[in-house]
Amino acid sequence: MARLDVSKTYKLYVGGAFPRSESGRTYIASAAKGGFLANVAQASRKDLRDAVVAARKAADGWAARDAYNRGQILYRVAEVLQGRREQLAAEVAAGEGLTARKAAAEVDAAVDRWVWYAGWTDKLTQVLGNANPVQGPYFNLSTPEPTGVVGILAPQASSLLGLVSVVAPALAAGNTVVVIASQDRPIPAVSLAEVLHTSDVPAGVVNILTGTTAELAPVLASHMDVNALDLTGAAPDSAADLEAAAAGSTTRIVARVGEEDWQASPGIGRMRRSVEIKTVWHPIGV
Amino acid sequence: MTSATTLMGLHSLPGPDADDAVLARFLHGLPGVDEVGAEARVAQLATRSIKNESKDWALDMLVRMIDLTTLEGNDTPGKVTSLARKGIRPDPEDPSCPSVAAICVYPDLVADVAAVVAGTDVKVAAVATAFPAGRARMDVKIADTTQAVADGAHEVDMVIDRGAFLSGRYGKVLEEIVAAKQACGDAHLKVILETGELATLDNVRRASVLAMIGGADFIKTSTGKIAPAATRPVTLVMLQAVADWRAATGRMVGVKAAGGIRSSKDGIRYLVLVNETAGEDWLDPDWFRIGASSLLNDVLLQRRRRRSGVYEGPDHLTID
Amino acid sequence: MSRFTYAPAPQATDVVDIRSSYGLFIDGEFVEATGGHRKTVNPATEQVLAEVSDASPADVVKAVKAARRAQTRIWGPMPGAERAKYLYRIARLIAERSRELAVLETLDNGKPIRESRDADLPLVSAHFFHYAGWADKLGYAGLGPDPRPLGVAGQIIPWNFPLLMAAWKIAPALATGNTVVLKPAETTPLTALHLAEILQQAELPPGVVNIVTGAGATGEALVGADVDKVAFTGSTEVGKAIQRQVAGTRKSLTLELGGKAANIVFDDAPLDQAVEGIVNGIFFNQGHVCCAGSRLLVQENIAEPLVERLQQRLTTLRLGDPMDKNTDIGAINSAEQLQRITDLVAAGEEEGAQRWSPPCDLPEKGYWFPPTVFHGASQAMRIAREEIFGPVLTTLTFRTPEEAIAKANNTPYGLSAGVWTEKASRMLWAASRLRAGVVWSNTFNRFDPTSPFGGYKESGFGREGGRHGLEAYLEGAR
Repeated sequence: MARLDVSKTYKLYVGGAFPRSESGRTYIASAAKGGFLANVAQASRKDLRDAVVAARKAADGWAARDAYNRGQILYRVAEVLQGRREQLAAEVAAGEGLTARKAAAEVDAAVDRWVWYAGWTDKLTQVLGNANPVQGPYFNLSTPEPTGVVGILAPQASSLLGLVSVVAPALAAGNTVVVIASQDRPIPAVSLAEVLHTSDVPAGVVNILTGTTAELAPVLASHMDVNALDLTGAAPDSAADLEAAAAGSTTRIVARVGEEDWQASPGIGRMRRSVEIKTVWHPIGV
Repeated sequence: MTSATTLMGLHSLPGPDADDAVLARFLHGLPGVDEVGAEARVAQLATRSIKNESKDWALDMLVRMIDLTTLEGNDTPGKVTSLARKGIRPDPEDPSCPSVAAICVYPDLVADVAAVVAGTDVKVAAVATAFPAGRARMDVKIADTTQAVADGAHEVDMVIDRGAFLSGRYGKVLEEIVAAKQACGDAHLKVILETGELATLDNVRRASVLAMIGGADFIKTSTGKIAPAATRPVTLVMLQAVADWRAATGRMVGVKAAGGIRSSKDGIRYLVLVNETAGEDWLDPDWFRIGASSLLNDVLLQRRRRRSGVYEGPDHLTID
Repeated sequence: MSRFTYAPAPQATDVVDIRSSYGLFIDGEFVEATGGHRKTVNPATEQVLAEVSDASPADVVKAVKAARRAQTRIWGPMPGAERAKYLYRIARLIAERSRELAVLETLDNGKPIRESRDADLPLVSAHFFHYAGWADKLGYAGLGPDPRPLGVAGQIIPWNFPLLMAAWKIAPALATGNTVVLKPAETTPLTALHLAEILQQAELPPGVVNIVTGAGATGEALVGADVDKVAFTGSTEVGKAIQRQVAGTRKSLTLELGGKAANIVFDDAPLDQAVEGIVNGIFFNQGHVCCAGSRLLVQENIAEPLVERLQQRLTTLRLGDPMDKNTDIGAINSAEQLQRITDLVAAGEEEGAQRWSPPCDLPEKGYWFPPTVFHGASQAMRIAREEIFGPVLTTLTFRTPEEAIAKANNTPYGLSAGVWTEKASRMLWAASRLRAGVVWSNTFNRFDPTSPFGGYKESGFGREGGRHGLEAYLEGAR
């Protein structure tokens, strides 16, 4: 008699813990080709609020870590993800309807993306910052600092590579994040949360919610304690409303609505748009 | 004692017999001076535009504040007496022109000058204490001072031992100031800090305070033998120091900027500095002096132009 | 005369020729507006200086079309080296006519001639000179090998530094190959209109820069027009409205908004310079400065004597005729702004803070407000939270460095901050913890074309100045 697999309960990832939605709600994640995959937690507005609180609480500590240390941690994420390659490939294949080979390529690219961003943590300041030759006897230096908490609407189609491509740059730039995973393909996001949890990423640095994008996105966009928004995975017809909601606290827009070619080289645009440039002046005298 | 006294570190002053350690602790506890900020402040004050009756007032005040100075190895009795006559009556064609504050010479020429200025308001100032380097034994310095006062000097311009100051032997610097003050008797003591050798504005503030602890009647920027001599940032710090000293002790101390001030325009900038830093109480020859030689003729040219409306040439003024 | 009272030293005003009325500057020439007219006054005398036009939405569309034509046909395709030469020309022409422009700025704005002459105008010319050099070097700016312009930039600027803000907006936009429609503030349009004459003298191709005068409605029309980029400097309230207006479009946006900067004085500060920095921080330009050091945070053990010393210093400030070269504090820019300052100061008194001003005679005509310091304020009071944009300083105290940073950051704004200490490690510690785009340590209110300026949080986003200032005007800064 064949052995029955033990199936997993898919939960949220908030403040380094895996809670169910406080609302008790779940929804069904289906395979691309139809068929039940799992019940996943359907986060509520209150779960989102808790996630922002957790991200804010973690922000100063994460930003204050040495860039070298943040690089080590992001590299560790790549290592642990590599170890879960088969699992993630299966989840991507099921959710996105890809062949096993294509799904594995997505996972490989996601691993490589973590490696790419891990290497950026201690270079971004040099690339985005510089000394300024001002008139007069003043030391004048501009350096990037994390903007703070980045709210992310993960891509709907690319459930792992796309997700990593929007989360990793925010982390490499020193931010903490609240992510709303692909609504219909949420399972790789929950698995990624487990990867992050076992990769020395401090609690609250990444918070991942599964649920209904249309329900959660306006709350995230209008949240006054979110510093920047990546709207990649929002519905195109919601762009105007979400950007308008962001205006309430002049929230920066890291990326506007729209799927991208996630296999292409990502560039540093997302990191550039999730930092603030700080300029410090000091007199030079004896 | 005002609360501002506490702020400036002057609430608990060492005595005139304090030792190096006590003085170091005290002087290094004074607030720092940011050089760039001090320069920015004087640059801003330099944009004050002084016109019309204010300018007339300022030019006369400049004449009255001048310590007309000659400190050359080849000075002669003839030269200094002629200088003294010029100081008493700077512009022979204009009786309204005031006299200068003092004639400043080497000690051996004090008697010559004293004979000329007798009966006028013009004072005789002598540079003493082994001017300008101050490199002599203390008894020699005191003898130098005593002789100048005996010969009729109303004012003695002493130099501090910069070597001692810079190496932290504050007690020695203070001891010499106290001794010189004693040797002066009724004569006023001006203590030359030689700020051009003190390297930092922090040191200027410390040396100013040290001189005032020692009983200085005036603190003076420079000998004129070292570049830079008087600068406006240095003078700014010294003016602030005397204002703070009055707030702390009630005693007013004067400031003398010496060396390098040659034009009326520059002179007026110093007056603005006095006016807006120490305040108008210091805008008086009793409390602010300018040690200069060529400045006087430029002020006289400006005075004449203000009166005649035409620009004059230097040939119409005497060279003394 | 027994005291050194400075006789009036008025700057001659005949160096500038103000026309009785001004049209809009569209496609290289001055044209009639269809939106009506308004008068601009000298806030120091309330005398009318000139009549200026209100650009209607149709006028704005016309200006944007001219800018679009110029961008696609001439300015965009033009080699960077050629664009550079136009900008260098403009920089030189401004320098040549700087006294005239300074006088005009002071007449229209009310700021002291000392400031327009020694701060605003040198920075205006320098800003064009700096960005001129970037025009043919954009590939080296770290924004990709061949960065492309966005297209047409709609730019809206405030009344506090009218010509300087025009320079901050126009110079980087032009250097990067964009064309411009600029809307000056309705109370201070004149220097921008004289800049238009300079652009003609520089033979800048028609349509590359267009200037549409008018008030909020004109600005709203510009934001809504067919522009690719909106750049705004002004209040946080209007900035948010603009962000809402461009929501859902493909328009790029940068905002430089309000501030409520903390100026932190530790007990080991160079105190005399700190006092100067406090004065410069809040009384420069009558406090009409978005990055003004309007919240003084003093370490408790020196608070009382420091404020005493500050007050002593404030008695030497000279308020009055802005055209007098010795004036330190000029006129408030408008009756409306004066009312806002007056209301907030009244609120401060009602909430229980103690108000102090030096003895100071205010002129009878014009809009004036004396330098004002509030004591005994708390973080919760309106005078400690709201941007007053006037010569009003609110003093607060702190006990520990941590408390200083916490209080400094306790505001939705994040434009600038000041730190005063002689201890280098403490300075760097504070500078790294302050959530503000510009941190001045042992100095305040310094500006330079090479130094990026802009805010954190609700002080806006984007930077102006230096290499970072290019990013706001280039496509695909990947």
